[in-house]
Amino acid sequence: MSSKRLSGSALTDLLQSLSGLLLVLFIWGHMFFESSILLGKDAMLWVTKMFEGEHLLGQAYPALVSAVAAGIFFLIAIHAILALRKFPGSAAQYRQFHRHMGSLRHTDTTLWYVQMVTGFALFFLASTHVLLVFLQPDNIGPYASSDRIWSGRFWLLYAPLLICVHLHAGIGVYRLVMKWAPIPAARTQQVRRRLKLAMWGIIGFFLCLGSASLVTYMKIGYDHADRVGERYLGAGEQRGD
Amino acid sequence: MTQIPVQQLGRTLQIEILRHNPRDPDSVPHLQTFEVEEADAMTLFIALNEIRETQDPSLQFDFVCRAGICGSCGMIINGRPGLACRTLTHQLPQRITLAPLPAFELIGDLSVNTGKWMRGMSERLETWVHRQDLEQSDLDSLEAPMEPQLAEQLYELERCIECGCCIAACGTAQMREDFVGAVGLNQITRFRLDPRDERSDAQFYELVGDETGVFGCMTLLGCEDMCPKDLPLATQIAFLRRRMVMAG
Repeated sequence: MSSKRLSGSALTDLLQSLSGLLLVLFIWGHMFFESSILLGKDAMLWVTKMFEGEHLLGQAYPALVSAVAAGIFFLIAIHAILALRKFPGSAAQYRQFHRHMGSLRHTDTTLWYVQMVTGFALFFLASTHVLLVFLQPDNIGPYASSDRIWSGRFWLLYAPLLICVHLHAGIGVYRLVMKWAPIPAARTQQVRRRLKLAMWGIIGFFLCLGSASLVTYMKIGYDHADRVGERYLGAGEQRGD
Repeated sequence: MTQIPVQQLGRTLQIEILRHNPRDPDSVPHLQTFEVEEADAMTLFIALNEIRETQDPSLQFDFVCRAGICGSCGMIINGRPGLACRTLTHQLPQRITLAPLPAFELIGDLSVNTGKWMRGMSERLETWVHRQDLEQSDLDSLEAPMEPQLAEQLYELERCIECGCCIAACGTAQMREDFVGAVGLNQITRFRLDPRDERSDAQFYELVGDETGVFGCMTLLGCEDMCPKDLPLATQIAFLRRRMVMAG
């Protein structure tokens, strides 16, 4: 009986890391696709159609987007429930950790706290976003998304989501490497310095990319506010109207 | 060189010490400030001895070796754990705050019972060589030779002085009393490397394969950064984690 409990600990630690890694890879990919709006409405429309399977299947199936959203929601749920066991379990433990963090002034300890706070925020922010995509997979597109973000005021969700998700993901990947990678002792400090530099670089890059696309969606939504609900049909079709 | 370098007049250090004697029912934890004239190459250990000799003989703190080998003088120096004997005052600001290491039983002032904690950890993790024929072995016979590289690896991990700084620097250990910390995990990797120890990974897994052991570690790396002996703790814990996942 005890060995079953023990192998649970190894499994949960590994699964927490793996689910986190998959979510990070997903969000980094997601950032490139959503920022296609920076290349223009037609580029974003092309990406939207690609995810709905139109390029391959000849017809759009928004249900495909729902399926991906459901998979991501499942991954988030697994990652969250496994990560919860690392959260402080009582007010006393929170007090202990705050006191410790304040006194130690140690970057990696503080970064863990940032991850915990952003992780907690993501329970709500990420779930809301994924649920919306799951329920309304056909409501994505250059105008549909922009209207939701501006006229639907969803930028209030996406702005904090953007910050939380990239801090959480960037720090998480750094910690994953330090946690599992076979780094020779003699090179630990050097590797760590480089990893941290890469971590801040990646976080900065995605925050810039995400902010630029969010502002672009807001701008399109603002200009399109009097025609909410109208869909973008592509430059060719649009001209033909 | 034409001139002999002369030490500039030192600063007057203000050393603030968290005082408390848990055996005295009237004792209330409080900060007491002492003033010490800084001397050339002064360590905190020297400053503390000066305070005890000239200002307050009741001040409690531990030391044995004065050379960073015994691990007795671990304390919280301006918020971070370190060894008093290895900390030069000129590296610190004029105002220095000292407190006992948290997570250990307080004996009084800066003195804590790390020995009790370390013994508990050692008994729980069975940090000694396990082998079947130990009682029958002839102590006069020559030991089987070991590859110098392996001996060096063992020696590297054996350098741990059990000062308790890694426990005081660990956020997990601060929150969860039963976490064995870097000192315990380092001991396990040390015995796992030792060819004289016959324990299998499955047996080590029984000792550290749970949330109080290697899977409780959250990789905050306070241990790696604050270890006064610069032990390769991050590397060792990552290694143990990988081995234990395979064994689990």
